[in-house]
Amino acid sequence: MSSSRLSPSAASPVSPAQNAAVCSDGLCANGLSCERDGRVLFAGLDFQLPAGTALQIEGANGAGKSTLIRTLIGSTSDYDGDILWGGKAFPRSLAAMRAELLYIGHHAGVRRGLSPLENLAWYGAAAGDAMAALDAVGLYGFEDTLCQQLSAGQNRRVALARLYLPAVPKLWILDEPLAALDVAGVESLEACMRGHLQRGGSVLLTSHQPVNIQPLVKVNLADFQPQERHWEAEYGA
Amino acid sequence: MGPDAVGVPLSKKAYSAEAGATQDAYAQVPGFYTLFRTELVLSARRRSDIVNPLLFFVTVLAMMPLGIGPEPEMLSRMAPGLIWVMSLLATLLSQESLFRGDYEDGSLEQLALQPQPLYFPVLAKVLVHWLVTGVPLALLSPLLGMMLNLGAAGYWPLFISLVLGTASLSLIGAVGAALTVALRRPGLLLALIIMPLYVPVLIFGTGTVQAALDGYSFGPQLAVLGAILAVAAALAPLASAGAIRISLEN
Repeated sequence: MSSSRLSPSAASPVSPAQNAAVCSDGLCANGLSCERDGRVLFAGLDFQLPAGTALQIEGANGAGKSTLIRTLIGSTSDYDGDILWGGKAFPRSLAAMRAELLYIGHHAGVRRGLSPLENLAWYGAAAGDAMAALDAVGLYGFEDTLCQQLSAGQNRRVALARLYLPAVPKLWILDEPLAALDVAGVESLEACMRGHLQRGGSVLLTSHQPVNIQPLVKVNLADFQPQERHWEAEYGA
Repeated sequence: MGPDAVGVPLSKKAYSAEAGATQDAYAQVPGFYTLFRTELVLSARRRSDIVNPLLFFVTVLAMMPLGIGPEPEMLSRMAPGLIWVMSLLATLLSQESLFRGDYEDGSLEQLALQPQPLYFPVLAKVLVHWLVTGVPLALLSPLLGMMLNLGAAGYWPLFISLVLGTASLSLIGAVGAALTVALRRPGLLLALIIMPLYVPVLIFGTGTVQAALDGYSFGPQLAVLGAILAVAAALAPLASAGAIRISLEN
């Protein structure tokens, strides 16, 4: 009862005190539900992502991974339940979360008419830092080639080079970061993410393949999908 | 914290919420100058975007004497209106792609995620759009005025009214472009949204030239064009920013 008074949108079974204990740090979801076009994608989703940890969202195609990500970055407010950052619920803490957020989505934010170096400069990187980052993702020698002339994997690497810049934001939310990467690229990215976790950052990512980072919590959206089949009730199982 | 911070533990400071405001943390947000320069570079690399509206403007106006007859009196009466309508259509044609590329590659979403308002990013884009479409149109207009037998008294008013007017057109069009950016084929819808808003600019734009040709002072019309521009510069980027956020939600 009291929980609904403290946070108007809360319908979660977790009491406020417990909330604060668990969610004073980092990003948390409490009883998160999303519905699209009359279809419940997931319901009652709970997770905690304190500093220094990683979370992998799993799920089949169309399970709602990208919808979840877009909900977590605050791009849509069409959800039930609570998302908390630093112990405070959205949308009150949204600006604070975004100030520490580095998000690489399905569309990676790489401008095809710019070179990799110019793309990183657009994200505020100094030239020396940008060169180091591009070298780290294996794009040394391509820094002045226009991105429209690079391959899909190389474009992905340009986006991921933002993770190698100094003083990166604390919270990384990455939608399919491993897609289109080769084996060496995946290993390098995993090393980068491990370093970020050691420095006290946190990573939330979706991926279909196993990710070798520690400590990693996996959340499978299939566990939060409604299990009833309406046709069983209507037509008999 | 300096550039040598690669690999060393990030200080509490860089990770704190205030870090966004301090300059030693790596700035995620491009400033106005960076945005403006990037847009200019992108425009310079997509030359067809600059040349297409101009080519449209020149070819259609060159057709006009063929279509309506070569009588100098008739042409000179119609010249202000023709040139203004054509620059309006040329601006509209180029407006559709204003936010499209950024929307499709995700950089619009990256900008929208920043705590800073979208006002200045939008303003930077519109400014560049005006520089690469409106200003060339205005620069070409005396030449086309000559082709259409526009009176010599009309050249300066035409140029000045086009400079002021196309800036307003770019700003107003940005609202429509932002509203329709998530649509696959906005073509006609964009025109339907924007055209009514273009009307005041068109009326006072042609009014400026007509007043000068008739021997009156055209100051009042220019003043109204300037007022429209001032209002548009203040409000249109705000409206575009709101429209972008709506478009990004879906």
